[in-house]
Amino acid sequence: MVPQIETAAGVLGELASATVPYVSDVFERFLDGVYGAGMDSLSELIGVDMLGYPYMQRAYLAAVLIAVIGPFIGTFLVHREMSMISDTLAHTAFAGVAVGLFVNTTFSLSVSPILTALVAAVITALLVEVLIEHAGEYTDSSLAMVLTGGFAVGSILITANDGGISVGIDAYLFGNLSTVSKESVGILAAMTVVVGTLVAVAYRPLLYVTFDATAARASGISVRWYKRLMVVLTAVVVVGAMQIMGVILVAGMVVIPVSAASLVASSFRRSMFLAVVGGEIASVVGVSLAYVYGVAAGGSIVVAAIAVYASVFVLRSGAEKKSKIYSVFRTEERKEVEGVSADGGER
Amino acid sequence: MIGLTTKTETEKMPLESPENVVSVEDVSFSYGDVPVLEDVSIDVESGAFLGIVGPNGSGKSTLVEVMLGLQKPDEGSVCLFGERAANFDDGERVAYVAQDATDTSRGMPVTVREVVRMGRYPRRLFRRFTDEDRCSVEDAIEKTGVTDLASRRVGKLSGGQRQRVFIARALAAEAELLALDEPTVGVDAESREEFYELLRDLNDEGMTIVLIEHDIGVVTEYADEIACINRELYFDGDPSEFVETDALAEAYGENQHILTHNH
Repeated sequence: MVPQIETAAGVLGELASATVPYVSDVFERFLDGVYGAGMDSLSELIGVDMLGYPYMQRAYLAAVLIAVIGPFIGTFLVHREMSMISDTLAHTAFAGVAVGLFVNTTFSLSVSPILTALVAAVITALLVEVLIEHAGEYTDSSLAMVLTGGFAVGSILITANDGGISVGIDAYLFGNLSTVSKESVGILAAMTVVVGTLVAVAYRPLLYVTFDATAARASGISVRWYKRLMVVLTAVVVVGAMQIMGVILVAGMVVIPVSAASLVASSFRRSMFLAVVGGEIASVVGVSLAYVYGVAAGGSIVVAAIAVYASVFVLRSGAEKKSKIYSVFRTEERKEVEGVSADGGER
Repeated sequence: MIGLTTKTETEKMPLESPENVVSVEDVSFSYGDVPVLEDVSIDVESGAFLGIVGPNGSGKSTLVEVMLGLQKPDEGSVCLFGERAANFDDGERVAYVAQDATDTSRGMPVTVREVVRMGRYPRRLFRRFTDEDRCSVEDAIEKTGVTDLASRRVGKLSGGQRQRVFIARALAAEAELLALDEPTVGVDAESREEFYELLRDLNDEGMTIVLIEHDIGVVTEYADEIACINRELYFDGDPSEFVETDALAEAYGENQHILTHNH
């Protein structure tokens, strides 16, 4: 049994070491050759310089990917009324980053902080979910405890090393455009593929569980496992989005476009699509503003997302008012016509 | 209680496949230290329309959850279509409309058709829908009279309309057993009557129905078997007999309940 596992692990490891360089090579070529070249010509075409800088091209690509996977998983989370789980996981991911940086400085290793963040977020996600399976319900206070706990561990580890590792921690807290490396865009792209595929494949059970978990369970769907899948995917999304958005603002991209979309969409499928559209608008506008005014990208993206929400809200109530006024107008018109005929048609 | 059980058995035509959809035997269940069900035995025959009545907090919902394998009893055994309920994995044969199912959906953008399609999910969790799936979704929508609402958001419908959508979902599933937990709370009288007529039609076509209902008038009118429960089973049998016995008063009167505990 054990040797079998070892051989399996060995095969997997070889497979990974064989495919990862190949995939990353292909991705790098795409990033430089296809995407980079395309953005360069777009930059020349419309005369916008920032589209031509490689680091901005990477930032745009990262933001665009985040705006796909954030609303994708967010549409399920928001309608299960557990939006705050993304915020909670982001804060524990921060603890993971701190652990990574701490381990690196203390033992002079070079573990990627994204990896440790991912491990921390996935573990807490499962832990929270299992705890909730036993306690019955999502409770505000338990999430608040995990959220602050995660952040507390992070802050302890950062300060414990006498400021030595606090360098670069801002980038994780508030997000940063200029530090988005080829590697991290690559990781984000891989995460997008994984999350996108899993959500697409498990769309039906995820939707059923979100809409009516009890009925889903009665009809034999393993609700527990799909709920776990949902939180693990959330952890992945949060870690992927962390670099641009910053841990404190990650939840914005998961929640706000979804809320905007559910103002107007009637079907779930459409609301998912519209949430991605809204997210894309917010991230492209947000990244551009961040560059132009030299401000934090996470902040400008979230503000842009709220602006999208506000305009959808105003447009919708405007449309409702218009249709109401129109119907009032029509009844008055009818009354007038009746009044004229009652007058004996003098006019 | 034993006498009552034999009575219901003799009442049913012995030729009408007496196979039990659900059989609950000596089941006890408690939440922590609070006993909810004590020594309950009840069978639901194929094609039955069972109404479950009892005061608030009497364990009605728990009994149904136990029947469907959503809760494991502490003692006793439960069989669903001849299998142990807890291990039952033939999900499409069972449809359940929980008490809170209709509230939670209010804010969620999901159309009537999307909800009805969920009925097919147990069969097609990952694979593409076939023509047969699509047909049965459209048939279910038509039969429950929600065709005009099919592309509307479920949360924006009235209570009565929404309940029809949930029935349509069960129909699309081609479920053999439909369990409903107080489905017409907050539904106006007229739509309620239409709703129960719909249930009666489905029952006539062979669907087994288990209905939890606080309105005893409704149950005696539509159900062909009544179970009266308050932690223990007080009555299980024909509705016309139920109104003649004092099971109702016993089950509902808390003080009396203690006094007449083991008569």
